[in-house]
Amino acid sequence: MPPQSSSAWRCSLPSAVARPSRTRRHRLRRSPLDSKFTVGLAQTFPRLGDVEANLQRHLELAQEARGLGVNLLIFPELSLTGYTLRELVPHVAIRPSPEHPMWKPLLEASASLAIVVGFVEEDARHRFFASSAFLDGGRVVHVHRKVYLPTYGLFEEGRYLCAGDGFRAFDTRFGRCGMAICEDAWHISTPYLLWMDGADYLIFCSSSPAYGVGTDQEGATANAAIVSQFTKTYATLLTSYAFHVNRVGVEEGISFWGGSLAVSPRGQVIAHAPYFEEALIPLEVDPGLLRAARQRLPLLRDEKPLAVLHELSRILSEERRHDER
Amino acid sequence: MNVEALLQQDIPLVRRLLVSAIRTELRRFGFKKGVLGLSGGVDSSLAAFLAAEALGPENVRAVLMPYRTSAPDSSADAMEVIRLLGLNHVTIDITDMVEPLFAQVPNMGQRRRGNVMARARMIVLYDQSEEWGGLVIGTSNKTELLLGYGTLFGDMASAVNPLGDLYKTQVRQLARAVGVPERIIAKPPSADLWPGQTDEGEMGLTYAEVDKVLYLLVDERRTLAEVVGMGFSEAFVRQVWRMVQRNQYKRCPPVIAKVSSRTLDWEFRMPRDWGT
Repeated sequence: MPPQSSSAWRCSLPSAVARPSRTRRHRLRRSPLDSKFTVGLAQTFPRLGDVEANLQRHLELAQEARGLGVNLLIFPELSLTGYTLRELVPHVAIRPSPEHPMWKPLLEASASLAIVVGFVEEDARHRFFASSAFLDGGRVVHVHRKVYLPTYGLFEEGRYLCAGDGFRAFDTRFGRCGMAICEDAWHISTPYLLWMDGADYLIFCSSSPAYGVGTDQEGATANAAIVSQFTKTYATLLTSYAFHVNRVGVEEGISFWGGSLAVSPRGQVIAHAPYFEEALIPLEVDPGLLRAARQRLPLLRDEKPLAVLHELSRILSEERRHDER
Repeated sequence: MNVEALLQQDIPLVRRLLVSAIRTELRRFGFKKGVLGLSGGVDSSLAAFLAAEALGPENVRAVLMPYRTSAPDSSADAMEVIRLLGLNHVTIDITDMVEPLFAQVPNMGQRRRGNVMARARMIVLYDQSEEWGGLVIGTSNKTELLLGYGTLFGDMASAVNPLGDLYKTQVRQLARAVGVPERIIAKPPSADLWPGQTDEGEMGLTYAEVDKVLYLLVDERRTLAEVVGMGFSEAFVRQVWRMVQRNQYKRCPPVIAKVSSRTLDWEFRMPRDWGT
């Protein structure tokens, strides 16, 4: 386990992430026909506000996942803290320093398998974010700060958290990835932007509460059906892999439904964790499927981002004119 | 940081806020009268003074609810408050309510008996509330609520609680200002659930110290480490914070298991003063 330099962390922060040049990215990326790898969906039940206990659980599961041959282990949103934190937010926030006692063991564990972990991030000016970090090779590869903080219905994130300001895809040894946290994924532009930024693997981390118990969802709640539906739709239309990892358990009377899902670039469900129960689900990912899917459905080839940009500019400027009237 | 100075309040302003809140909220609920349990301690005495000021003494019923082992001084002090304010009052001894239960359940320890008595008093108060046509005014202070030093559905039950945002130290300051007899302010705080019981003895801490620590942790939002750095013992600060944490459930309505897409208190968040 190599010692961490602080620059490794700094470079990983969203604000400091320099987008690699095209040539560098090509050098970093493997060809789509490269070897298969194993993803692990870690559907956990975090202990509310107890970072230390959750850290131990992460390390145990990393160990277990290693035994199952997992190369990339994905934990849900706020997996180190639990979800309904309210004013516990500052109590569980972690400063961005690799020397932090909570980070060190996770970075060490990431020496042998990549780990996506959810936490409350505190920045140098004491703003708090719901973040997910992609750790690999003993360093932080990327941090995504949740952009869309739901503050309606039962959700009160805008009261306690600061919103992230963007979406960036990032290179990993598996290929280019993009992360989104729960509500981020409900906004259709999120996966589109990550796709345009080169992501072939979409990683969605959630703490999605269960509600709505009609009789037509076969043991899942109404919102579970919607999330599963759009995860499949995104994978299909973006001809990309999509992994949705959701937590389970009960907090403050709210149940979380789990039901984590992995979908292939052809829109097929390749793994489905049980509802409401903790699980560690390994699944094989075949990068070759990206190539096949994009031949069959050349949506990426034919996509016209410039038209999107142009039309959006027009729409926004027209809106401004409407407002001015 | 001079925490003692920070715990000092603008007494006339606090008095005005509390009196106005009692009067306004009771009226919103459609009442003009209040009822409260008067023990002869500083909290319930202050609540009685504030309620009398807000509603008029003729609209406040003080209920004395002694148990056979209650200190006679307590009743004397309560009667003094009633005399000073000219409150309506009634005495209902709870001994005959609780002793049949004690007789049925052998080996009931002091703590359980104390809780039964606190809940018996709640039953009496809510019954008086109906008869008197007034709402129950609570007497729990911020220190007790934070530390969980109260009986859930017992002395913690009320419709309006004017003291819930005042630490014990601040209760004493305000009590002095509104004219609560010095004897009542000076005596050691006690729930009087068994002979010789005192709050500080039972909790193993002093209000003077715990109020400072709570003020720093809660009101000033300082971390445990920062408070320890200000000269308080680490064991004490940790103990206090653990009590606050362990008793959070007492300060919340019961957990509702969420099923629908509009759950009470989550998506159904109506104001209490709805339509008034």
